[in-house]
Amino acid sequence: MTEPSPLLRVRDLKTYFVTEHGSGTARAVDGVSFDVRPGETLGIVGESGCGKTVTSLSILRLIPEPPGHIRPGSFIEFEGRNILTLEPRELRAVRGNQIAMIFQEPMTSLNPVFTVGDQIAEAAIVHQHLTSAAARRRAIEMLQLVGIPDPAERVDHYPHQMSGGMRQRVMIAMALVCHPKLLIADEPTTALDVTIQAQILELLERLQAELGMAVMLITHDLGVVAGTADRVVVMYAGQVVEQASTVELFARPLHPYTEGLLASVPRLDAPQQGRARGRLHSIPGQVPAATAWPDGCRFHPRCPYAWDRCRAEEPPLLDANEGREGEPGTHRARCWLVAEPQRRTARP
Amino acid sequence: MPGGGRPSLVAVQDLVKHFPGERAWFGLGRPRTVVRAVDGVSFAIQAGQTLGLVGESGCGKSTTGRAILRLVEPDGGRVTIDGLDVLTLGPRELRSLRRRMQIVFQDPYGSLNPRMTVRQMLVEPLVIHRIATGASAGAADAERRVAALLDEVGLNATFGRSYPHELSGGQRQRVGIARALSVEPEFLVLDEPVSALDVSVQAQVLNLLAELQERRRLTYLFIAHDLAVVKHIADEVAVMYLGKIVERAPAGVLYAAPRHPYTTSLLSAVPVPDPTAQRHRIVLAGDVPSPVRPPAGCPFHPRCPHPKKNDRCRTEPPALREVAPGQLAACHFADDPL
Repeated sequence: MTEPSPLLRVRDLKTYFVTEHGSGTARAVDGVSFDVRPGETLGIVGESGCGKTVTSLSILRLIPEPPGHIRPGSFIEFEGRNILTLEPRELRAVRGNQIAMIFQEPMTSLNPVFTVGDQIAEAAIVHQHLTSAAARRRAIEMLQLVGIPDPAERVDHYPHQMSGGMRQRVMIAMALVCHPKLLIADEPTTALDVTIQAQILELLERLQAELGMAVMLITHDLGVVAGTADRVVVMYAGQVVEQASTVELFARPLHPYTEGLLASVPRLDAPQQGRARGRLHSIPGQVPAATAWPDGCRFHPRCPYAWDRCRAEEPPLLDANEGREGEPGTHRARCWLVAEPQRRTARP
Repeated sequence: MPGGGRPSLVAVQDLVKHFPGERAWFGLGRPRTVVRAVDGVSFAIQAGQTLGLVGESGCGKSTTGRAILRLVEPDGGRVTIDGLDVLTLGPRELRSLRRRMQIVFQDPYGSLNPRMTVRQMLVEPLVIHRIATGASAGAADAERRVAALLDEVGLNATFGRSYPHELSGGQRQRVGIARALSVEPEFLVLDEPVSALDVSVQAQVLNLLAELQERRRLTYLFIAHDLAVVKHIADEVAVMYLGKIVERAPAGVLYAAPRHPYTTSLLSAVPVPDPTAQRHRIVLAGDVPSPVRPPAGCPFHPRCPHPKKNDRCRTEPPALREVAPGQLAACHFADDPL
């Protein structure tokens, strides 16, 4: 079976920020590589400050320069073209058209002084050269598609007249108006209540099936990833620390960070704790600062298994099946335990 | 009183808090509407136990927590803490009662004074409640207490000199907890204490809260939107919707056999971190209605997925009634749950 060629290839992406007060360079994204295949959902998981949002902004070249910059040697290829070398004109033809993005906070990403219809129509006018009347009809269709009741009336409403869930639907309508091949969804349900989150996740799933687009879902919520993603990339301290198919990752987490993260989530499907409450597993310490990543493995100060090698030598992404470095593919983890599995002893 | 036997430390009866809604003339004039934020809430918490109060944004759970402590003045109902009637206390008595009841907020950055060091924030309540003075003779005592508090919440004593902006989210929340504990309260309202934290840090803080509860025999009202977190920490759980409790039960019962269709839907909507789990997700239609104009009859009826929903649901508000030992639900079809 041959793998379809990836829609998006990210290789050795490094996005750095020069910090104020001269306290050094924040290496927010520091050598990230992964692929997104056509039509799939790739989950990118990590906690605050791991670089997941900066990665997605880099793909769209939305990093403010200065203070940020994408380092030479970084490579982002979308349908065979290197996004990092596109002229502004060419870039505009891709951004919002073939690659679209939705953000966590729909209130701050919608313009409060334009109707939602105008905002949806704008992309259709810019990218598809529709007349304003045709674009308006398109906006109504899109509102219908994302499940907003009375779309012909709602098209003239302003964002403040809508609930959080409705605004996120409008964001999705805006993003999808040009039928993008890749949708980057950055924490699309984090600001929403759980019943509204369920609605939005179901909507994204349906639209993905109908429109055949690939989705890059950026989230901190392992539950959301488990329910929606085909494959998962776990990020920590500006790097990919593990990647695998979703089923494989949850069944057999290899990186101690992934393992710790999975164990720290309070679970609804856990047996009732009762009065003699079991303690949750927690990862000791905290994420280090991006201006001073630890030497060796960046997770070693928090890792229960760390030994001398982890402190001295930074591990590459190792293939779980062969213990070798290579192109991103099956199950890989940035951990010396892949090479020396006998060190994975019972946790202290 | 649920559980019978032991008396409750905290008892809340028919608590009501209405806020004035929009006004007729550019913010002037008399309010035309009222927001029924809390609309007849009752529960009791035994000493040393945790009641989890869950619900979605705007359901009134935070207002309930604040009204109990009189951080907002309730419009009706009765609150007793250790037999003392909280709502009739004068300012002086209320202040002394505040020593026994404290609150921890969701956003530890917004609730810590950016111009004060951690030490100053921890000393201030001691001075106000005359537990220790900040000056001369009492100063040494205050220092000892601050060091002990920091140690108890898992912070190194050097953090006393830090300002909030120098701390991570988890450390700030530990300071917020230390500040609440400084006056040695018996009852803590924890208002979404871990919602703003990353998963690994959230686990640390939840473990800390559990340890503190055991060591100090604290009583918690744990307000949260995350049902999985509440399952981990609560002995009893109350689910709120549009200002009312729609279901209340011991945690084990509520999670295993919910009786209100809203509870069932909420539970089914929580994403479970297991890609192989076969789950039936109930996706509720629409948004939570406005608490200004709650629907007639059962407030949940416009979104209710129960197949037997009928005219009675649209006209007659269901009472919160005992449907199983210790389990209360406000649904006409609680005996025939989803």
